[in-house]
Amino acid sequence: MWQLFHKLGSPKWFFGIANRLMPWLLLGGVALLFAGLIWGLAFAPQDYLQGNSYRIIFIHVPSAFLAQSVYIMMAVAAAVTLVWRMKLADVFVKSVAPVGAVLTFLALFTGAVWGKPTWGTWWIWDARLTSMLILLFLYFGVIALGAAISDEKSSARAVAVLVLVGVVNIPIIKYSVEWWNTLHQPATFKLTEKPSMPAEMWVPLLLSVLGLYLIFGWFACLRMQTEILIRERRTRWVKELVLAGRS
Amino acid sequence: MTSDTRAGWRPVTESVGSVRAMKALFLRDLKTAFRQRQDLLNPLLFFIMVVTLFPLGVSPEVSFLQQAGSGILWVAALLSVLLSLDHLFRHDYDDGTLEQLVLQPQPLFLLVLAKVAAHWVLTGLPLVLLAPILGIMVHLDGNSIGVLCLTLLIGTPVLSLIGAIGAALTLGLRSAGVLLSLLIIPLYIPVLIFGTGTVAAAGEGAPVSGYVALMGAFLVLAVTLAPFASAAALRISLSNA
Repeated sequence: MWQLFHKLGSPKWFFGIANRLMPWLLLGGVALLFAGLIWGLAFAPQDYLQGNSYRIIFIHVPSAFLAQSVYIMMAVAAAVTLVWRMKLADVFVKSVAPVGAVLTFLALFTGAVWGKPTWGTWWIWDARLTSMLILLFLYFGVIALGAAISDEKSSARAVAVLVLVGVVNIPIIKYSVEWWNTLHQPATFKLTEKPSMPAEMWVPLLLSVLGLYLIFGWFACLRMQTEILIRERRTRWVKELVLAGRS
Repeated sequence: MTSDTRAGWRPVTESVGSVRAMKALFLRDLKTAFRQRQDLLNPLLFFIMVVTLFPLGVSPEVSFLQQAGSGILWVAALLSVLLSLDHLFRHDYDDGTLEQLVLQPQPLFLLVLAKVAAHWVLTGLPLVLLAPILGIMVHLDGNSIGVLCLTLLIGTPVLSLIGAIGAALTLGLRSAGVLLSLLIIPLYIPVLIFGTGTVAAAGEGAPVSGYVALMGAFLVLAVTLAPFASAAALRISLSNA
């Protein structure tokens, strides 16, 4: 266990592991996501109330799911950065933050597209929508701070502090936004009460959630590899790697 | 040497207690701030001007202002605290005082707490004192104004405490001002929601003690946690220089 932990500190070791892992992640992810999407979009039964427009949940729910868990993963990595000063943890935070922001945006966008036919409006100041929007702001803050500090070490630790402060605030923001919404408007739209889904609907949904997780894993590995190559460009193993790639 | 004199003897190298250091730092911050009086006035003027924009820009009607007044005042107060945050550590950072503070034997988070307290006395407290006048100008009734001042009294220290984290993180960066707002505004949202929510409840005649208690909980949470984060951020920013 501890040996693995120490090895994880070495960017070179991770680079090799990622190389071996990535094809499997990509293959599994694409297979699951395609299965889930095709099943969900083409074969799952229509919703008795919303017709076909509900089918966007096969994209919306996975991206919203991942948008939130990416921030949690970042917080764990941030704690590792601060406690053990592990380089790789910071590489993870930096590489994954834009991905999380894009996923959050995707969740908001697909939600808006779904909201237009269902609620009759693109945007509503609903608790869930608003807290996702704030999550997007938090991602932007992390990205902006990371870009603003040029020194690698202090940038890593400053971003880690910010991510941890954010993760303490996320539950507070979530509950206060819910409280604010219920104060100002009665629950016209019950987002939380899903119609009890038949298996033909939730199985493809689960498949696409898992598929997107795997694809995220692949993409995170890819971005981390790129970041490692940039950071370690002066080391011998990177030079050898590049030369081997050229010949 | 008798035991009496020995009891009165103090070694020269003994360090000052934490509370005394905090008090000294607090008074020093107040003193230096009062030597630059215009800097103290600017956030207050900004507060008044932002509030003035709303009747001009949206609607001067009494019914609108009564409804939106507490929100306008809260947003304006939040923005002026945000603007003043840049000064919190900037001067001490520029002249090297901050490095000396970090080297002190007293725990850094206590010193940060003292600095934030001074910052609140210089910016948050004047905003609270100014709020009743602006409250009358946006046609809030007497009860609402009282509750508004109470929420600002509890809420502005939270704004200063959370803001100190952002100020410490962005210390010494090029575009610190905009970046600071970007980092801190999402974290201010709960305070804003509960601050205006309390006033809205008071306007409807509902009891406000529960809301005030929740805001007090925010304050306790911020006092206990935020100084640690600010202190950590200060160390990072100083190691960067």
